[in-house]
Amino acid sequence: MTDTTVDTAEQAASADTDKPVHAIVERKASPWRAPLAFAAMGLALIATGVFQSPAVALTILNMSLVSAIMAMGLNLQWGYAGLFNAGVMGFTALGGATAVVISHPPVMEALGAGGRGLALSFLIVVAIIATVTFIASATRGRFRSFLIFVTVVAGYIALRPVFGAAVGAVEAVDPARTGFIGGLGLPITLSWVAGGVVAAGVAWIIGKVALGLRTDYLAIATLGISEIVVSVLKNEDWLVRGVKNVTGLPRPVPYEIELQQQPWFADLVERVHAGQLAAITDAAAREDALRQFIVEGSGHFVKIAYAGLFTVVLLILLALCVRALNSPWGRMMRAIRDNEEAAAAMGKDVTRRHLQVFILGSAIIGIAGAMMTTLDGQFTPGTYNPLRFTFLIWVMVIVGGSGNNLGAVLGGFVIWFTWVQAEPAGAFIIEQITRDMDPSTPLYQHLQDIAAPFRLFVMGFVLLLFLRFSPKGILPEKVRHS
Amino acid sequence: MPDATDILNALVLMTNFVFVPALAYGSQLALGALGVTLVFGILRFANFAHGDLMAFGTTMVILITWGLQAQGITAGPVPTALIALVPAILVTAVAAILIDRSVFGFYRKRRAAPVVLVIASVGVMFMLSAIVRFIMGTDDRRFTDGERFIIRAREFREMTGLDEGLAIQTTQALTVIVAIVTVTALFIFLRRSRTGKAMRAYSDNEDLALLSGINPDRVVLITWIIAAALATIAGALYGLDKSFKPFTYFQLLLPIFAAAILGGIGQPIGAVVGGYIVAFSEVMMTYAYKRFVTYLVPENWAPEGLLQFLGTDYKFAVSFIILVVVLLIRPTGIFRGAVIK
Repeated sequence: MTDTTVDTAEQAASADTDKPVHAIVERKASPWRAPLAFAAMGLALIATGVFQSPAVALTILNMSLVSAIMAMGLNLQWGYAGLFNAGVMGFTALGGATAVVISHPPVMEALGAGGRGLALSFLIVVAIIATVTFIASATRGRFRSFLIFVTVVAGYIALRPVFGAAVGAVEAVDPARTGFIGGLGLPITLSWVAGGVVAAGVAWIIGKVALGLRTDYLAIATLGISEIVVSVLKNEDWLVRGVKNVTGLPRPVPYEIELQQQPWFADLVERVHAGQLAAITDAAAREDALRQFIVEGSGHFVKIAYAGLFTVVLLILLALCVRALNSPWGRMMRAIRDNEEAAAAMGKDVTRRHLQVFILGSAIIGIAGAMMTTLDGQFTPGTYNPLRFTFLIWVMVIVGGSGNNLGAVLGGFVIWFTWVQAEPAGAFIIEQITRDMDPSTPLYQHLQDIAAPFRLFVMGFVLLLFLRFSPKGILPEKVRHS
Repeated sequence: MPDATDILNALVLMTNFVFVPALAYGSQLALGALGVTLVFGILRFANFAHGDLMAFGTTMVILITWGLQAQGITAGPVPTALIALVPAILVTAVAAILIDRSVFGFYRKRRAAPVVLVIASVGVMFMLSAIVRFIMGTDDRRFTDGERFIIRAREFREMTGLDEGLAIQTTQALTVIVAIVTVTALFIFLRRSRTGKAMRAYSDNEDLALLSGINPDRVVLITWIIAAALATIAGALYGLDKSFKPFTYFQLLLPIFAAAILGGIGQPIGAVVGGYIVAFSEVMMTYAYKRFVTYLVPENWAPEGLLQFLGTDYKFAVSFIILVVVLLIRPTGIFRGAVIK
């Protein structure tokens, strides 16, 4: 009798200690985790506003919102479906280019010079594609490969002179100011949708080619595609001016100068700063202070307007993503991610679903890319590099919590904040180190330059720390087994 | 019909602008791809940090070269960097082993999915690129010294009486020689030595190798030492040939991966062949053939355009297209390598 009790006690003890690491029923995460994390993030932004300046805090907030959307798009691909997309930069750049094409007024002179040639080139490309499609469906075997090869070569020979002449004509039109075909002159907010559509279209082509590949190969292939997309945008000057950049894109929000002239805005500023203004007794000084407040306020107002627009987009996309994840479709995606063979055996079309989620995720990244270009007011293809535009977004998703939409959003905020603040932090550390050094020594000079790469170091370190000690991120994916 | 001088001129032109640069570039890619393919074959993940490991190795080479030059030690006609290679390889190998101990080893022990190791390598990539920029800044740096040319274009013209000149830089010749020596040494090591055989066994079938009493830790250690050595040599040769700029090493990653996959993952001979194929396709696709054709065709047939298939800015596209075509048509590569799951 006593023996058995000892036995069961021992069993109970061993059952306690030998808990399987990946239990199906996991301890529920605290429901307060997400609100607390977001509150902490908000406090960090407010602290930035107080200790640095409100303008800095608002700039970080706006780019954080854009980053959060990018992270959400990548989370759709990696977190939902386990697709390793290392080409985030390419889709961001496509979105940005679309913003130019939609919003920039058309350059009539350039269109007159080369428009016909470009249209003809486009027709030739369409003809090539149509012929290839026809050959692919109508013929078989070696003959088919031969015909396709001949068509492509013949098409290339026909296209080259027409296209070359058109591009030459377009780029010759006032190259210092335009030298490209311009855009459609439509409102720039429209480009957010269009950017998503363009990114989705390119993602469809890429997905058709690359999605059959295994994870590592897909990563390498998408990395290559993003480099190609950016080098096309850098070098095809006729399209979006290449590295000469397009600046001064129209805005969806008012300009500071216009705001400063508006009586209602002056009124608003006066009401906000009523207390401070009342404290100033001298009338002239009060007038000066009011002018100062209006100038300052107009900058903040513009940033807040952007933040409002971005928040609306973020919330819409977030709602859609959350709904998608909780729907039968989301369950199916997770099933495919966790076990492709089993899902395929249950009749799920794995390749089609992968293509679908790849297109959706890329579209979201394209939207974010167009929004970023809107925020900057310019498109600068030379500044796109994979560390900043692909792998930083990866850090956001991993740190935030892959598979969790709120996690991706939080990751976007936390990592962008860290990325921006790492540079002044690095500068501060360098200052502390070099305080007692002689400013004329080469070492001192050299140390002044290393504050900028400090953020790369911090990012790598944060990624490795999370990957090791908290691989599920700040807000882990919710596991809904019962 | 073009006469003999025209044909000779055309051949010299091709040698000067296509063959020699592609051979040097191919050797650099081959060495890089060898490192990637070894890590791929034995540790079973695509190491995104390899480009930055190359940059790190090159940084060490440059620092030691400066040190040697300050001491007044030079290698005479060949670049001093050649002497600096040996200590630089040691430093880089120690760094690679430290990285493995602190990052990759943890996931290997847990038998984590390869993709987790890939993400970890992205973290390593960030940190290595930061360290390289801490040390070197972001500017272009040239660290070659000694004799610049073996044959100068003008001397060649005077010597042969042809219109076209042929210039061979010391660094180009050196690249090819060092690559041949390194690859030969590596192949003898893999074929003949006990450790090399153990590595190949481990790459072919991990479980069987473990059952045969092969020490996995030792295999991994040797792999990192070799990968670091290859990365340092490849990086230093590339830096000598072009110039050292931290960011370009990341961009080498794509052609290197293309070469490794084209040759067959885990196949050293494939990496070498792949490296040369990628380099030659890249150079040949972006070379303007106008002058070459002008020599060979009758005068009034001379082409008007540049006869260039792709602008030089699109050289990425070449390695990428090779990569995609291989993955679609023959995922195992030319030499039947592994397919990563």
